[in-house]
Amino acid sequence: MAKLYTPAMAKIDKRKAREMARHHGKEVKSTPTREAWKRLKRNKLAIVGMIILIIIFIVAIIGPWIAPYDYTAPDYANWNQKPSAEHIMGTDPYGRDIFSRLIIGTRYSVPIGFLVVIFAFAVGGTLGAIAAYYGGKVDMVIMRILDVFQSIPPMLMAIAVVAVLGGGIANLVISIVISSLPARARIVRASILTVKRNDYIESAKAMGASKKRQLIKFMLPNALGPILTSFTFSVATAILTISSLSYIGLGITEPAPEWGAMLSAGKAYLRTAPHVLLFPGLAIMITVLALNLFGDGIRDALDPRLK
Amino acid sequence: MSDALLQVENLKKYFMVPDGMLHAVDDVSFTLDMGETLGVVGESGCGKSTLGKTILQLISPSSGKIIFDGEDISKVDARKFVELRPKMQMIFQDPLSSLNPRMSVSEQIAEPLLIHKVCHDKESLDKRVLELMDTVGLARRYVDTYPHELDGGRRQRIGIARALALEPKMIICDEPVSALDVLIQAQILNLLQDLQKEKGMAYMFITHDLSVVKHISDHISVMYLGQMIEKAPTKELFSHTWHPYTKALLSAIPVPSLKNRKQRELLKGELTSPINPPDACRFAPRCNYACEECFKGTPKLEELSKDHFVACKRVRELNNL
Repeated sequence: MAKLYTPAMAKIDKRKAREMARHHGKEVKSTPTREAWKRLKRNKLAIVGMIILIIIFIVAIIGPWIAPYDYTAPDYANWNQKPSAEHIMGTDPYGRDIFSRLIIGTRYSVPIGFLVVIFAFAVGGTLGAIAAYYGGKVDMVIMRILDVFQSIPPMLMAIAVVAVLGGGIANLVISIVISSLPARARIVRASILTVKRNDYIESAKAMGASKKRQLIKFMLPNALGPILTSFTFSVATAILTISSLSYIGLGITEPAPEWGAMLSAGKAYLRTAPHVLLFPGLAIMITVLALNLFGDGIRDALDPRLK
Repeated sequence: MSDALLQVENLKKYFMVPDGMLHAVDDVSFTLDMGETLGVVGESGCGKSTLGKTILQLISPSSGKIIFDGEDISKVDARKFVELRPKMQMIFQDPLSSLNPRMSVSEQIAEPLLIHKVCHDKESLDKRVLELMDTVGLARRYVDTYPHELDGGRRQRIGIARALALEPKMIICDEPVSALDVLIQAQILNLLQDLQKEKGMAYMFITHDLSVVKHISDHISVMYLGQMIEKAPTKELFSHTWHPYTKALLSAIPVPSLKNRKQRELLKGELTSPINPPDACRFAPRCNYACEECFKGTPKLEELSKDHFVACKRVRELNNL
């Protein structure tokens, strides 16, 4: 009796063929980046995080087209409705569809979070790199100024800046960038300092490489690992800060469907309609969790020794 | 000497440390001729690596003259010094940490060629890189690999290829084999010797391993706490060892023989602090023959026979000269 060729057998055959190809013939070039990618792929949690992030990005882009309802249209007759077939996450105190609002909400917290971190790294990172590269008095002056900034709790700092400049997205971004500058500068400074001590910097000098070349070809590529890792974690923190500020009414306010603002709107109905609070809370949690999982994955992939 | 490639005169490098001045290199003078090898020996922390780096201006000297190829390079400013770099290169101790982990073998070797714009197009660059890999005995199949994938010997071959790329007149080898195992050490040393025969460059060979310098050098200088205490042609040094410290060093080389068991001269204590050292013989606190005179004033290098210099006040009475 002929054996059936099952999908499991096909899978084994495929794997064998792949291994054969690896042993004979062309070997895949192994670069440090490719090795890191291979390690990242093996980390299931990181991949889950990455997939969630990709979904969030796609939702943010196509949001207006997939949202079942208009996220601003109130329907006072149907306020605080429990989840149903019609409104899968229920409605909020104004009768707006929570699911639609969450979908549009991806266009606030997540991109602003990234924006904040990019700005913070651009400014703080440059300061940190200058401090580390020149050392001595330059380092001293820059770091002491940043120390002053850091002596104020970031949240308090952000509140103070928003209080002075007023609300709105631009001011929110500015306030969080300022409050997170010192931490970003420190991360970049620390990684450049570590790299700077390596013999290959001295060997670059001995070869006659210009300062610019030393920085671009020798220091930055090697310092990028820890910077990239902290980037993902920073986005998670930034999203939390944005939501927190919005929650206390200093960030993005109604009617914009920012998740923190939605939480704030639902807080009065915690007992009677917990779903108004539950879903925005879950959205924040899942996004932050995905970023942290992905960040962990990147850290382990870039530097397996740290695990 | 007319064919001197490198002349170092009274070179000093002091570092400011919280406790005072650290005399890393203290009044060192020597000459390196075209195409010869000078071995610089000393224990860890005696300033031999600092000496090498100071000559290459990776660290700027406190005072003294460095005359390379007829030009005093101790005063040349950094921008002009770049033009001198191709003539003097360095091979580092730890081949892994001295190679940029994010560059492939071909990129590592191409780097000096790119910096000094030696090759005009991609083709000639690739050709030159492959040539250099052949020269140092690195199989061409490694051209796209990264340092972390190779063993210590191959990594050091990359370092050597990189140093050779610009056809320097002098290479400073800072303990190039001390991170390698003995078999690979021999391979690398033979490679360095063959390359010298072929290209005629000079080596300044810094090491703590006397058996290595004996194998490779024409002249040997012994350093102790930043100072040169004995220098001589290799054969002369091994046959007529005069300074008590050099004697102790030589007696520490293991001899694989049961018949000629030798009496080892053991040294007591460890290196005294190089921070604000007193004006005395640096070795006196550890020397078995030190007398009162040794603690007064630093001994000068004296030429006791042709080309054989020793800095020790009691050298004549101790060796019956």
